[in-house]
Amino acid sequence: MYQWDFGILWSYRWLFLNGLGVTVGFTVVIVVCGLLFGLFGAFGTLSRFKALRLLALTFIEAFRCTPILVQLIWFYYALPILAGVEMTPITASALALSLYGGSFYSEIIRGGIISIDRGQSEAGAALGMTPIQTMRRIVLPQAIKRMIPALMNQSIIQFKNTSLVSVLAVPDLVYQSQVAAHDSYRPLETYTAVAVAYAAILIPLTILVRRGEKRLAVSE
Amino acid sequence: MSETQKIEIRSLRKSFGSNEVLKNINLGVAKGGVVALIGPSGSGKSTLLRCINLLVVPDGGSVRVGDTHFAFGDGAKPPDVKTLAKFRATTGMVFQHFNLFPHMTTLENVMEGPVTVRRMAKADAEKLARTQLAKVGLAEKADQYPATLSGGQKQRVAIARALAMEPDVMLFDEATSALDPELVGEVLNVIQQLASEGMTMVIVTHEIAFAREVADRLIFMRDGVVVEEGPARQVIDNPREAATRAFLSHFHRTGALPPATTAS
Repeated sequence: MYQWDFGILWSYRWLFLNGLGVTVGFTVVIVVCGLLFGLFGAFGTLSRFKALRLLALTFIEAFRCTPILVQLIWFYYALPILAGVEMTPITASALALSLYGGSFYSEIIRGGIISIDRGQSEAGAALGMTPIQTMRRIVLPQAIKRMIPALMNQSIIQFKNTSLVSVLAVPDLVYQSQVAAHDSYRPLETYTAVAVAYAAILIPLTILVRRGEKRLAVSE
Repeated sequence: MSETQKIEIRSLRKSFGSNEVLKNINLGVAKGGVVALIGPSGSGKSTLLRCINLLVVPDGGSVRVGDTHFAFGDGAKPPDVKTLAKFRATTGMVFQHFNLFPHMTTLENVMEGPVTVRRMAKADAEKLARTQLAKVGLAEKADQYPATLSGGQKQRVAIARALAMEPDVMLFDEATSALDPELVGEVLNVIQQLASEGMTMVIVTHEIAFAREVADRLIFMRDGVVVEEGPARQVIDNPREAATRAFLSHFHRTGALPPATTAS
């Protein structure tokens, strides 16, 4: 029978906290940048201009249909060779994760927008609104409500995907726990603690978002 | 057609793909006139109505409402979005399925046009909106969301929303077709009141008795062409064309309007 000893982790607390800070900070960056890429992808695919549609579609499928681990390695190792673009591991992984997340956000945002009944934009147009006013005042406020659960879901995945940056030696929570596990010979305790840490951050967040959804649904 | 015509449509054509929906339509509506458009499904009457405020952009012909004139086809440049928006602000439209904005209260729905399009101050827009809501008998529903209203109430809010733009003409696209029978009357009453106030209106409807009562002219369309046109009572009571006769035989043409159940 295995003898659990979580006490040993206490001496690595600063290492874990450091890693957790990097993980959370990274998530904030890739969610924000990912949403920006997502907006581009969504409005690009809905655009009247064929070139823009094609560009957005290429972006979405390129990042949606290839594994994130391959993208991370590719951005860090291949880009310098092919394009002469040197990036720090942090920049490379932030960029790859933002684009990867952005490709999924694109489809969520696009789906939310096209799910709103055409009659809504017709009513806006009939009042004399421009397409941009209709989008901002009528379609988006309704569409965002529908997007929230899926956006939250994707952001949770993004949070957990940050664990992959450890392959580029970015010192996130997983990377630091590898260090701790090797040092302490206690991988079971270490990774159990890491799993609990991820869940401890995500579960309260999901509860908050569920409450928010209920509040938003008041007019439905 | 003379200059006293408020709406003038000339040689209008529209196709969706290979399906020619409107074939050389001519139509005039006098200032203060009420024209009813009737015809079977797929006859093109809704498309024609949507061409009047350019919600559907025609392939050919011309559209004039008041002093604004547009020509289409044969090298004519299609109007840009700003021009279209400005033009549509002068016409009010009411839809079969109401299309109220579900994320706004009744009052906000009616204020939306004045605030966003006419750049009216919020306080003025609210005053205007409350006046319009009172006009359709729904002053006390101002702070409710559309989801809590009956179909008839929703449609009356939609009429108030269109009126808040103080339009020159009102277009009704089967405004009562999605309503329960007992709620039709309250909406027709509001439309009739508008007619008596001298609003220029084009009404696509299946309420033949109502058209006979309220419209001064009636247009019967089938397969994208105007089959018969004339004074409403005359066309309904003594249709000249066999197609008109066949269509009208499905309806009670006279009789009282449906009772106005003031369910507000």
